[in-house]
Amino acid sequence: MGFFEKIKQAFTGEKPAEPTAAEKKYDEGLAKSRQTFGDKLNSLLANFRTVDEDFFDDLEETLIESDVGFETAVKISDELRQEVKLKNAKTKQAVSEVIIQKLIELYEQEGADEDAKLHFATDGPTVFLFVGVNGVGKTTTIGKLAYQLKKTGKRVLLAAGDTFRAGAIEQLAEWGRRVEVPVVQKPARSDPASVVYDAVKRAKTEKFDVLLVDTAGRLQNKVNLMKELEKISRVITREIPTAPQEVLLALDATTGQNALTQAKQFKDVTPVSGIVLTKLDGTAKGGIVLAIRNELHLPVKLVGLGEQLDDLQNFDPEKFVAGLFGGLLQSTDADQQQE
Amino acid sequence: MAFEGLTERLQQAIGKLKRKGKVSESDVNEVMREIRLALLEADVNFQVVKDFVKDVRKKATGAKVLESLTPAQQIVKIVNEQLTEVMGQEAVPLQKSEKIPTIIMMVGLQGAGKTTTLGKLALKLKNEQHARPLLIAGDVYRPAAIDQLQALGQQIEAPVFSLGTDVSPVEIVRQGLELAQEKKNDYVLIDTAGRLQIDQKLMDELKQITQLAHPDETLLTVDAMTGQNAVEVAKGFNEQLNITGVVLTKLDGDTRGGAALSIRAVTGKPIKFIGQGEKMTDLDVFYPDRMASRILGMGDMLTLIEKAQQDFDEKKAAEMQEKMRENSFDFNDFLDQMEQVQKMGPMDDLMKMIPGMANNPALKNFQIDEKQIAHIKAVVLSMTPQEREQPDILNPSRRRRIAGGSGRPIQEVNRMIKQFDQMKKMMSNISKGNLNGMEGLLGNGLSGKMAKMSLNSMVRKNKKRKLKRLKKLKKRRK
Repeated sequence: MGFFEKIKQAFTGEKPAEPTAAEKKYDEGLAKSRQTFGDKLNSLLANFRTVDEDFFDDLEETLIESDVGFETAVKISDELRQEVKLKNAKTKQAVSEVIIQKLIELYEQEGADEDAKLHFATDGPTVFLFVGVNGVGKTTTIGKLAYQLKKTGKRVLLAAGDTFRAGAIEQLAEWGRRVEVPVVQKPARSDPASVVYDAVKRAKTEKFDVLLVDTAGRLQNKVNLMKELEKISRVITREIPTAPQEVLLALDATTGQNALTQAKQFKDVTPVSGIVLTKLDGTAKGGIVLAIRNELHLPVKLVGLGEQLDDLQNFDPEKFVAGLFGGLLQSTDADQQQE
Repeated sequence: MAFEGLTERLQQAIGKLKRKGKVSESDVNEVMREIRLALLEADVNFQVVKDFVKDVRKKATGAKVLESLTPAQQIVKIVNEQLTEVMGQEAVPLQKSEKIPTIIMMVGLQGAGKTTTLGKLALKLKNEQHARPLLIAGDVYRPAAIDQLQALGQQIEAPVFSLGTDVSPVEIVRQGLELAQEKKNDYVLIDTAGRLQIDQKLMDELKQITQLAHPDETLLTVDAMTGQNAVEVAKGFNEQLNITGVVLTKLDGDTRGGAALSIRAVTGKPIKFIGQGEKMTDLDVFYPDRMASRILGMGDMLTLIEKAQQDFDEKKAAEMQEKMRENSFDFNDFLDQMEQVQKMGPMDDLMKMIPGMANNPALKNFQIDEKQIAHIKAVVLSMTPQEREQPDILNPSRRRRIAGGSGRPIQEVNRMIKQFDQMKKMMSNISKGNLNGMEGLLGNGLSGKMAKMSLNSMVRKNKKRKLKRLKKLKKRRK
């Protein structure tokens, strides 16, 4: 419960320090997600009359609508049934506090030993492998990340491993030109594993710091394509035993329950170490972050918040959840004062 | 295949009801809760679910259902009808302009699959209507989007109009339309950049294109994996652009695809096409009624039959049925059948279309290795013509020779011959209309029965067609 208290204090207590430009951008990008999530819970509580079966049905729906994931939603409302009985919570104030507390507890508990940082090799080139289904934003994420790494003075190399989709190689090459980093590429339809092999070789001999490997989008139930991915991952590890340092699964924030299956299946063939949550600047509800943590046990490491080069941000889970629930805690406090 | 999960849950829920002799009010409530959760888990929008369950409950609690002897079947029927109703009654074809060109514009979020779908649609029009489409590359924002469309254009041999990335999309469309007038293209397909429905600047750009081009079809492309957000996206695009239809992409994944249900219910706009595969030919017309029976585990028989009709050489089919009646199914037919099946697509996809197979636990992790088929073929091809026609003469010595010739172990040859014998038996049963032997295969309980029903109807239809064919043949001979 410590985390819950901490957040509560942070919002009712002293004002936080003036945010930097980067933080501001981050806040703005996620503002919509938070707002919609908070709004939903607020309107649920505003219509609250008594705690009965209908209320729990509504709560379930609200949580599912916010994309917190089906299992999580059912779990929370089941636990809440117990909790409400135990604590005999009947007032609006008490119920809303129990809900938020449950959400935060769950979030904290499930993510106890998660690590949201990107890991780099201590010696030799670092390899990041990007995987995911079609159209989630792998290539775009690589372009943005290359730009950021380059800004911090790292020598970056890109590998155009998507040899299947029309125009994918050109897309990565264009990013390479914009960001001014070299791209290892072969003609369309060539074996992606061989592109990756060449790229790893080059990264080693020319002493690049970071190699970002793009792969073709594939649906997780396509056995042959998943095997191809396994091979790519194998080729990397064979050349550099400690690589890939990160296997990042790109997930579209608007994806529903299927996101969970995607993560499970990709985890089976490659050692997925983290998630890139893309397109979070839309109307998607922030609840997906809770679902990912509760049901996948994978840390979100990066979030995509827009189309500009610097719209890729490191993910700070504490700050996110504080934002997600902060408004709610404030409003329940205001209610308390009124009563 | 999409919707599998929903099928399982619905069947579970109704299975509970089935075990009871009499159905009480509270039983119905429990089933409704299960249906509701199943739909929510499948990403159907919660509001749509609410209305859906309300309607089903209303019909289900009617006295007739509860007093009837088969309440479970009744509820299945109601759910089925309701599902079909929500998804639209029948397939809606593409609108065509009276004067050429018919203008089709693709819109949607980033990464939904607009460009790919555009290419598939152009190919479909070319193949089915001998159309001469012009593709306009209007995505000037995403790097290499134009290259992608050009590559697709080359693949399907359709011209692509582009002005690079420095010209505004509105201008590109204007000039593209002029070119289409000049070249008398009968279809113009406009690709646009992916955008959020709340991005006012980019949405205004689309409005300008709409005012200029007056597209006959504005197709919203939606990823079938989209969650609750699908409704907001569909609403946003529909309100601002008045879309005429929806294309659902990536349905070949294992998504439950609840988005299909929600979008239709919320916008009232029909789903016109579904994209289900990486190949350029993988774009199909959306049939709401078929999707509804798929959800209920009745299998997508109609699609399977249609696919078979397309690929199955009519003449060969007639020959085969003749042989089936004579019960002279031999290795030549076996080989031929295997080739026909292979032509229809990957085996595991096909298996799932067969009713009862989609959620048969025994087949859950069942994957047919394409190589295995090649091996079986090799074995058959190592037989002499006489052996192929008279499988009974295959003695151990012959079997050893075949094993050597095909490079497969003798055990495999034996197994294959055994399987062939079983198949032969099954074929003779099916041709006589006797399906009892297959009951075990289709699974017990409701799903099995439903599967049997639709298989029976398939056999009946096949027979009807056969009779028609035979009549035709007779007439011709006269």
